[in-house]
Amino acid sequence: MILARITGSVVSTIHHPIVQGRKLLVAERLDASGNPTGGYLIAMDTIGAGFGETVLILDEGNGARQILGDPNAPVRSIVVGIVDAVDVETEGRL
Amino acid sequence: MLLGRVIGTVVPAVLVDELTATPLLWVQPLDRDGRAEGDPLVCADGTRMAGPGQMIYWVASREAALALDPWFVPIDDAVVGLVDEVKIDSPEDSS
Repeated sequence: MILARITGSVVSTIHHPIVQGRKLLVAERLDASGNPTGGYLIAMDTIGAGFGETVLILDEGNGARQILGDPNAPVRSIVVGIVDAVDVETEGRL
Repeated sequence: MLLGRVIGTVVPAVLVDELTATPLLWVQPLDRDGRAEGDPLVCADGTRMAGPGQMIYWVASREAALALDPWFVPIDDAVVGLVDEVKIDSPEDSS
């Protein structure tokens, strides 16, 4: 799983049926300091994540299909958690 | 899933039997701001409605095959949907 910040959403009217009624979010990947790395994902939202929130994203197809309850869903990235805080050990303590 | 823009259609002269019913598109992957990023790739069109100039989102690997109907096809990238709009919030707006 990866940590990412929601910075946008994708509006789509023509899509695979699994996308119907579900939100697609633009999620920017974060480094250990919480800054954007430049990479991004379009992740499906199932838990109500919003703009600016730090989220936990599962980036694996079989897990995503398990969460959606559809063994044939063409989805790989899915938001599985909204993160309150991430504690990072300082280098000295590691 | 990632963003991409359709830059052409691919019309094969000879194709394996499993792919003959599958429309193929030439797609340029995009970064989140809509700029070209990386090398173009050929995607099967799961929507059957995408055309050149259209922004789309696509998936790779097993998920790509699942985007098609019938789904048991030998492909590695597929268009899942067409993008009407990408809404990006600036950092100031989303505290």
